[in-house]
Amino acid sequence: MNTLPTQSNFSLDLVWAALLLGTAYTWWLGDSGQAGPRAVMAILAIAGVKGALVIREFMALRGVRLRWQATVLGWLAVVLAINLAAYWKGL
Amino acid sequence: MAAMNTAVQTLPVPAAEARPHPPGDLAIWVFILAELGAFGLLFITYGFARMSHAALFDQMQQTLNRDAGALNTVLLVTASWCVARAVASIRNNASAASARWLLAGMLCGGGFLAVKMFEYAEKFSQGVNLDTNLFYMFYLILTFFHFMHVILGMGILGYVWLKTRRGGYSAADHNGMETGASYWHMVDLVWIVLFPLVYVMR
Repeated sequence: MNTLPTQSNFSLDLVWAALLLGTAYTWWLGDSGQAGPRAVMAILAIAGVKGALVIREFMALRGVRLRWQATVLGWLAVVLAINLAAYWKGL
Repeated sequence: MAAMNTAVQTLPVPAAEARPHPPGDLAIWVFILAELGAFGLLFITYGFARMSHAALFDQMQQTLNRDAGALNTVLLVTASWCVARAVASIRNNASAASARWLLAGMLCGGGFLAVKMFEYAEKFSQGVNLDTNLFYMFYLILTFFHFMHVILGMGILGYVWLKTRRGGYSAADHNGMETGASYWHMVDLVWIVLFPLVYVMR
């Protein structure tokens, strides 16, 4: 028996719109030649928000036991944080 | 009466109980976590390699087709949205709509593969290969590893689509669709990290 809560179509559509918006802004940052720590922090922050939206809303981990959410969200946070730290160290 | 109303209003609202497992088979989640671990190691290695060769990575990144990378991001997040809508449809017993959403997702996935093959053709015609330099070694390994996952995801979605068309899923029984959807969203998640790291940040 299905016990999962039904996600509303509207909320899925909103997530999709946010993902497109984040992608467009990331593309613009690259296309307009934005570089340096501030641009990189913005780019990685957008990736973090987009990834978290996919994990929680599309993969439907929102409402699942915290350890599952923490594992996948933690993967995202660790990968982005290490890349930010490595970028900083390479300056 | 006033006291009773107050008592009712202050009763604690029980929190919704968290589900013990994510949607789909537990086995696919073990697979997803293993895949994320492999991609995570590659991304971290990429970051450290970039740290030691920042100038090379910045210079070589300018030779990539960023527009194609962005278009592919749009295609993958749209495919993921279509698959999420397919799952939402089957939860309402709307098999035909669910199948249409799955087909739309597969078309977006096919679009991703087409754009990526165009990108590869352009690079290979310029003589780019694994030995070109450190950046292109990572570019080819990361994107091709992901490319293979998109192909596998397309196969899974194709199977789920056929079964949905035959009425094989319902609101009460759609664990298989959720299993395929979870895998597909993982493929999308990995690209959401890959695109900014490889194509944009410098």
